[in-house]
Amino acid sequence: MNFKSTIGFEVHFELKTKSKIFSPSPVSYGAEANTETNVIDWAMPGVLPFVNKDVYRLGIMVALATHAHILPTTHFDRKNYYYPDSPKAYQITQFFQPLARDGYVEIEVHGKKKRIGIHEMHIEEDAGKNTHGTNGFSYVDLNRQGVPLLEVVSEPEIADPEEGYAYLEKLRKIVQFTGASDVKMEEGSMRVDTNISIRPAGQKELGTKVEMKNLNSFEHVRKSLAYEEKRQAQVLLSGGRVQLSTRRFDDATGKTVLERVKEGDADYRYFPEPDLAPDHISQEWIDEIAATLPRSAEERYNQYVNDFGLKDYDANVLLQTKESSDFFDAAVAAGADPQLAANWMNTQVNGYLNDNRVELADIKLTPEHLAAMIKLIKDGTISSKIAKKVFAETITNGTDPKKYVEDQGMVQLSDTSILEPMVKEVVDSNPQSVEDFKNGKDRAIGYLVGQLMKQTRGKANPKVINKLLNEELNKR
Amino acid sequence: MEITEDTIKHVATLSRLEFNEDEIGTVTEQMSSIINMADQLSEVDTEGVDETVQVVDRDTVFREDKPEHWQSRAELMKNVPEQANGFIKVPVIINKDEDE
Repeated sequence: MNFKSTIGFEVHFELKTKSKIFSPSPVSYGAEANTETNVIDWAMPGVLPFVNKDVYRLGIMVALATHAHILPTTHFDRKNYYYPDSPKAYQITQFFQPLARDGYVEIEVHGKKKRIGIHEMHIEEDAGKNTHGTNGFSYVDLNRQGVPLLEVVSEPEIADPEEGYAYLEKLRKIVQFTGASDVKMEEGSMRVDTNISIRPAGQKELGTKVEMKNLNSFEHVRKSLAYEEKRQAQVLLSGGRVQLSTRRFDDATGKTVLERVKEGDADYRYFPEPDLAPDHISQEWIDEIAATLPRSAEERYNQYVNDFGLKDYDANVLLQTKESSDFFDAAVAAGADPQLAANWMNTQVNGYLNDNRVELADIKLTPEHLAAMIKLIKDGTISSKIAKKVFAETITNGTDPKKYVEDQGMVQLSDTSILEPMVKEVVDSNPQSVEDFKNGKDRAIGYLVGQLMKQTRGKANPKVINKLLNEELNKR
Repeated sequence: MEITEDTIKHVATLSRLEFNEDEIGTVTEQMSSIINMADQLSEVDTEGVDETVQVVDRDTVFREDKPEHWQSRAELMKNVPEQANGFIKVPVIINKDEDE
């Protein structure tokens, strides 16, 4: 019997705001426990939520980037549950009127393009974080309580684990390039829940779904879905019934393990949040936000490859983060040759970032510096060997490349009226090399170039001296 | 709307409340009369009236995204019965969705 899979995703993105969604507590990753909290986060009596405008702004950016329909009126609702990470005993979310509906993401799998629908996306608050001890206690940190989240719910239109992987990759890239979220799975700013059901080919109604929460990586998503497809098929083939359940992926065995069986949907007693008035999202505001929407990764890729002539690989390295792509764009805008800028970004700059474990935002090199340095190389002012010294100085100390080159007297020596006498002299004083050259030993010229480089402390233009040496030697 | 003892038991479980057999009868009766009183609202003719979730006709006022430190951890922790290294110490709860 053939089975068809139906896969859906719920992806949570932490929105990149400076303060929380309903309170002005600061938001930063890795702060000391409970230091970024206030009376609102703790749900002290009498406090009221106060909506952060930027949460809507960032949510709207993602909605626009995924072609979703933004609802003109939304409101918040309460989802009631008891757990120590949620002092209010409810989560403020959007259940009845979400931020946006009916978006899509276009993926390409096995050379075929497909649109995966987005059912809806809504804004909500994150809960605090529990650490479970082995001594009968749990430890609660409320720093994450109230961090804004955007939950993106796909339509159950994903047919296999490969499509699932492609969907997540694409969605991550889209959100990343809006700048709305850091999309780092390892830091929890992107979290993936998935569900999968299978049904015999030809059957209309969907099978019973199995849910898998908080998968660590896209690879785990792919493996767990592939495992579930097989497992559920075996259950059905042996006459069994798939249980409505939550399972977790075990990395060590590559299998999914039953966590618990569900008897039905949980009863969260949703109702409209009485502490917050409805939110009207005007078309003017949406247009304003649309005008600030950064270019998508796709658009940038096309420019890099088609207009700049970069290789697919180089373009993709630049597009790994929005920050590196922005840096590159700014360098090009400042007049840098795109190919040279890409080379320097992907080798020297990335090398520096990796060696020093820093990010682009932390370094002293600016896109304008990079552009200025590349100009100096292109117009022959400095050799690429000298450029490495200039680069090291600029990236560590933020020194202006042009000024540094001038101050250090690093300008490349290309003037033949200065170089010619030097060439003559070096040839005169090395008769053995002249002999070798005549006997066809190519190395002889390399030795002479080395001598000249030594004399000029690396400043001689190698092209020019090679040419002059050849001419001089052929005269002898 | 009919409120049965089963409704009350279900809502009580969701709300972490416990009632003994005697109390269930009383609470069912009381809850029933409260809900039925609220039910009178459905007698109002709302033909042509837009649905709403609020009774005050106003919009949300947004806050600018500016972080502020209000209370210190020490201040907020004053009401915490047990704490450890800046964390709130609570009895271990292993399964978050045990009620689902």
